[in-house]
Amino acid sequence: MELAIKNQSTRNKIHPKKFALYASCASIVMLFASLSSGFIVRQAQGNWVEFGIPNMFYWSTACILGSSLTIFLSYTFFKKNATSLYKLFLVATLILAVGFCVSQYYGWLEIKEVIGLPLGANPSADFVYVLTMLHVAHVFGGVIVLFTALFHAFYLKHRVTKTRLLRFELSMIYWHFVDFVWIYLLIFFIYNQS
Amino acid sequence: MATKSVLAPEDILIEELGYEDHFHEHHEDDKYRSNFFSTYIFSMDHKMIAKQFLVTGIFWAIIGAGMSIIFRLQLGFPEENMAWIKPLLGKWIVVNDAGIGSLAPEFYYALVTMHGTILVFFVLTAGLSGTFSNLLIPLQIGARDMASPMLNMMSYWFFFLAGLIMFLSLFLSTGPFSGGWTAYPPLSALPQASDGSAGGMTMWVVSLAFFVVSVLLGGINYITTVLNMRTKGMTMWRLPLTIWAFFVTAILGLLSFPVLLSGLLLTMCDRGLGTSFYLSEIFIGGQALDHVGGSPILYQHLFWFLGHPEVYIIILPAMGLVSEVMSVHARKPIFGYKAMVYSILAIGFLSFIVWAHHMFMSGVNPFISNFFVIFTLIIAVPSAVKVFNWITTLYGGNIRFTSAMLFSIGFVSMFISGGLTGIFLGNSAIDIQMHDTYFVVAHFHIVMGIAAFFGMFAGIYNWFPKMYGRFMNETLGKIHFWGTLIGSYAIFWPLHYLGMAGVPRRYYRFDSFDTFSHFATLNKFVTIAAIVVFALQILFVINFFYSIYKGKKMTTRNPWKANTLEWTTPIDTGHGNWPGKIPTVHRWAYDYGKDGKDFISQIKPLEEGEVEVH
Repeated sequence: MELAIKNQSTRNKIHPKKFALYASCASIVMLFASLSSGFIVRQAQGNWVEFGIPNMFYWSTACILGSSLTIFLSYTFFKKNATSLYKLFLVATLILAVGFCVSQYYGWLEIKEVIGLPLGANPSADFVYVLTMLHVAHVFGGVIVLFTALFHAFYLKHRVTKTRLLRFELSMIYWHFVDFVWIYLLIFFIYNQS
Repeated sequence: MATKSVLAPEDILIEELGYEDHFHEHHEDDKYRSNFFSTYIFSMDHKMIAKQFLVTGIFWAIIGAGMSIIFRLQLGFPEENMAWIKPLLGKWIVVNDAGIGSLAPEFYYALVTMHGTILVFFVLTAGLSGTFSNLLIPLQIGARDMASPMLNMMSYWFFFLAGLIMFLSLFLSTGPFSGGWTAYPPLSALPQASDGSAGGMTMWVVSLAFFVVSVLLGGINYITTVLNMRTKGMTMWRLPLTIWAFFVTAILGLLSFPVLLSGLLLTMCDRGLGTSFYLSEIFIGGQALDHVGGSPILYQHLFWFLGHPEVYIIILPAMGLVSEVMSVHARKPIFGYKAMVYSILAIGFLSFIVWAHHMFMSGVNPFISNFFVIFTLIIAVPSAVKVFNWITTLYGGNIRFTSAMLFSIGFVSMFISGGLTGIFLGNSAIDIQMHDTYFVVAHFHIVMGIAAFFGMFAGIYNWFPKMYGRFMNETLGKIHFWGTLIGSYAIFWPLHYLGMAGVPRRYYRFDSFDTFSHFATLNKFVTIAAIVVFALQILFVINFFYSIYKGKKMTTRNPWKANTLEWTTPIDTGHGNWPGKIPTVHRWAYDYGKDGKDFISQIKPLEEGEVEVH
C-alpha cells in the first residue's frame, strides 16, 4: 500500500502522511485547548490558589527549545550526508528530550514540596499537573520516535532516500509540535497564574 | 488483470482515459489476501474493514435495542412478572416470595445508560460512519485504498477493543455504568456514588478512551484520503455528496472527540487521584467528602462540546447517503448541489457553537443562553435548505420505490418531524418546561436515532450489492420499511404528549405517581410498538445475513444505473478496486436525465458541444 500512496501522491503538493500528521496535531491542539478553557472557566469561579510556575519549568523550556534546534541541525546534516554530525545532533536531541522529562518531574516536585500544593490540594495546581502530565505523555511518544530515528541512524547505511527523508521530516514536525505545545502551556501558565 | 479478456464498456473507457499508477505491477493484492487472517480478520482493505464495522455495528444494535425492549417492558408493564427473563439477567431480576420477578431499579438505570452509550457511539458513529466512510471514500473518489490502510485497520481494532471492554462491563457484579450516557458527575466521578459508578464506570471510561482513539485514527484517514488521494479530474466540486458528508463528519470528530477525552481525563483524576475538578461539598451516607471547589458544570461544557457535534457526526453521513440514493433512484440530479455542500459546511461550523443548549437548565447565565438559542435556531436554516432540496429532487422524478429509496424518503419524513421539535427545545424559555421530559426523548430519537437508522438502512440496501455481490430481498426490505416507519412513529409520537404533560425521562416507573399514572395505557402502547419494531429489525438482520449467502446475484456491475465511480469496479472488487488503471473523472456525479440520457457515468468525457453542469 505504500506504493499506492506514493504513486498517487505524486500529483499532490503535500504527502498524505504529512497531511495526516498535521490533522493529528489539530486533534491534539483541541485536547489542550479544551483543558485550557476548562482552566479559565474554573479559575473564574473562585477558590483558586495563585502561584508562580516552578523554576524547573524554565529548564524544561531550555531543554525542549534546544532539542528542536538540535533535531533541525541533525536533519540538515542528514541531507548534507554529514553522517557523524547527523548522529551527534540526533543523540543530543534525545538527551535534551530526556532532560525535558526529568525537569518536568522535578517541576512537579517543586509544586508539591516547595510551593506546597500536592495533587488534590487545589484545582489551580491540579490543572497544571494534568496539563503538563498530558504534555509529557505526548513527549514520550516523541521519545519513541527519536529512538526509532536513532536506530535508523546507527543501524542503517546513511543514504538520503525519499522515504528516509519523509520519515525524518515527520519525526521533526512532531517534535517541533510538542515543543510548540509546551511554549503555549508555559505562556498560558505565566499569563494566567500571575 | 485476469478480467482483461472480458473487458466491460467501463473497463475500455478506463483503459483509454484512466491513470496508470503501476499498482498491480507490484502484486499488492497478494499481500492483502495471502491467508484467512489477512483477508478477513486483520484486513487492511477498506472494503473488508467497512464490513467489519457494519457487522460489529449490527451486533451492538441488537444488544442496544434489546436493552430498550427490557426497560420498555418495565415502563409499559411495571406489575407484570419478569421472572421469565431471569435466565438472561440473573440477579438483576428480583423474584419476591410470591414468585413475581421485577427488574432491579439500579439495573434499569444501567440499561438506559448502556442503551444510549451503545447506540450513540458504537452503532450510529462507528456502525454508520465507520462502515460507509470506509466503503465509499476510496471507491467514490477513485483511490486504491485509504491513505493509510494500517491506521484504518487499527481504527477498527480499537473500536473492537472499546466494544469488548464495554461488553465485559455488562457482566460485572456491580453492573455496568448506570449514571446516564452523558456520564455527568458526581455519579461518574465518585466510585461510591452507586453500584454502576464503581468498576462499571472505570470500564466505561477506558472503553470510551479507546473509542476516541478509533474515531481519530479513522477521521485522520478519511480527511487525508479525501484531500490527497482523489483521482485525476475529481475536483472537490465533482465529489458526490456522500463524500462531502463523510469529510465534514471526520473534521467534526477530529475536533470534538479530543474534548470528550479531556472531560473524561478529569473525571478519572477525580475518581482516582483525589482531585476536585468536578466535585464540591458532597455528602455520601452522612459523610462529608474531602472534595471542595469543583464544578460539575465544567464537565457538562466539555461533554457537550463533543456531544452536540456528535449529533451531526451521526446525522451528516446519513444525509450524504440519502442525497446520493435519492438522486439515483429519482433519476434526477440532486437539486441544489452547491447549496447542499454549503449546508453541510454550515451545519458543521454551527454545530460547534450550540452546545450549551443542552445546559439551559444547568445554571448557565441566561444572557449566555441567548447566544446559544440564536445559533441553535440558525442551524435550522441549512437543515431546512437540505430538506427543501431533497423534496425538490423527488419532485417530478421518475422514482423507483426500492427499499433504499423508501428509507431515504422515510429519512426526510423523520428529519422534518424530529427537526421541528428541535426548534421548540432550542428556545431556552420553552426548555424550562420541556427539559428532561419525554418530549426531549421523542425529539432526539426521531431526529438523530430513527432518521440516522433510516439513512443507514438506505445505504445498506443500496450498497449491499457492492459489498457482497448480491442483492437483499426487496419484499422483506419493503415490509421492514413500512413496519419500521409506522412503528417508529407509534413509539415516539405519543412520547411528545407525555413530555408536554411533564413526564420526566429516566424514571423507573410512573404508576406510583398520581400525576402520571393515567398514562399507563399509552406506555403499554409504546412498549408494544417498540417490540413490533424490534421484531422487524430482526427480520432485517435475517435478510442481511441470508442475502450474503443466498441473495440474488449481481449480474451487471451497475445495477442501479448510477454515475459514481464505485459502480465502475468489477462485481468482485479486488484489492486496489480497479483491475487496471484508475479511472479519471470528467463530470460531476449527478448527470441524470441530461440531454435525453438516463445517466452518464463520471468516467465519460464530455461530448462535443456538451456543457458541464458545474
